[in-house]
Amino acid sequence: MVPHRPLSPHLQIYKPQISSALSILHRITGVALGLGLLLLAWWLIAAASGKQDFAIVQSLLAAWFGQAILLGFSWSLFFHLCNGIRHLAWDAGYGLELPAVNKSGWAVVIAAFVLTFGAWVGSYAMSG
Amino acid sequence: MAEFSLPANSKVSTGKTWRAASDAKSLRRFRVYRWNPDDGRTPRLDTYEINMSECGPMVLDVLIKIKNEIDPTVTFRRSCREGVCGSCAMNIGGTNTLACIRHCDDVQGDVAIYPLPHMPVVKDLVPDLTQFYAQYASIEPWLQTRSAAPTGRERLQSEGDRQKLDGYYECILCACCSTACPSYWWNSDRYLGPAVLLQAWRWIADSRDEMTGERLDALEDPFRLYRCHTIMNCTKTCPKGLNPAKAIAEIKKLIVARL
Repeated sequence: MVPHRPLSPHLQIYKPQISSALSILHRITGVALGLGLLLLAWWLIAAASGKQDFAIVQSLLAAWFGQAILLGFSWSLFFHLCNGIRHLAWDAGYGLELPAVNKSGWAVVIAAFVLTFGAWVGSYAMSG
Repeated sequence: MAEFSLPANSKVSTGKTWRAASDAKSLRRFRVYRWNPDDGRTPRLDTYEINMSECGPMVLDVLIKIKNEIDPTVTFRRSCREGVCGSCAMNIGGTNTLACIRHCDDVQGDVAIYPLPHMPVVKDLVPDLTQFYAQYASIEPWLQTRSAAPTGRERLQSEGDRQKLDGYYECILCACCSTACPSYWWNSDRYLGPAVLLQAWRWIADSRDEMTGERLDALEDPFRLYRCHTIMNCTKTCPKGLNPAKAIAEIKKLIVARL
């Protein structure tokens, strides 16, 4: 009798690397953007339905947890955007050699932070 | 649907420790995945202490030393011991590679050795590659032509056309790349995986092959080809330094280009 063969360990033992880490992050930020769109829709609906409703939403978004969610939303947006451009280059056949893959991966991570920082500094500066 | 945890019969527990002589210098610990189909137990991780001053430098040297001198029941595949046959492909220190060309010094701390990930285990470090080979056969990895063969000589190829196969013909089908791919882990029943797709490209790219259209038709499928999400674990782990992700990108490009 052949016993039921075990499945060798996979996710449990495979070393996390920039290749797989950014790939799963791309998916997670994609889901986060979907949820963020609900937030945006909620904000727009509130704006359309009157001064009072809009004031409630604005106060929630201005609170620390609202700001934290917006920070995560904006970082997700910039990461997904930059990594999306990276994927576009790959699909066109560019940047597929390993040194380029590592470099573009780190560039995307840094760019996401820089753009998020810039967007927040810019928006706070504009709102005074 | 992706199953992220191991089934109950596959969970790994701590096994036996085989200590080296107490006077041994330059000791290193090797934690080796063990599973025996005959003893009815679940997999475990045995620890072997090795005196590196009495052992060769490669992980395969260690495994052979364990089998010869410490524990003859340890089971693994090996043949050429120089990175051309692909038999000793396994997961060492968290990434897939060939035990014969992986220096022990290149792994930090204790060296964990597992079979290739997300595969049925035959015994210890020996995975069942039946599915992998069946997928390889499915891409019909041989030269296919319609035109009559030239008389008195082979089908010739220019130097330039021959160069298009560089980086692809060297693949030894060790399965390191496919079993490093999360997409292959979750969908190996329908996704062909990087190794087999690289082989498919090797025949598509061959100027002498006349079945390019048919080969692309066979690959153009949401699962067989397009489960590749360019994760890049394949290229990162290839012990021969090849680029399966690039081969897959070339296939995708060609499918778009022929529209």
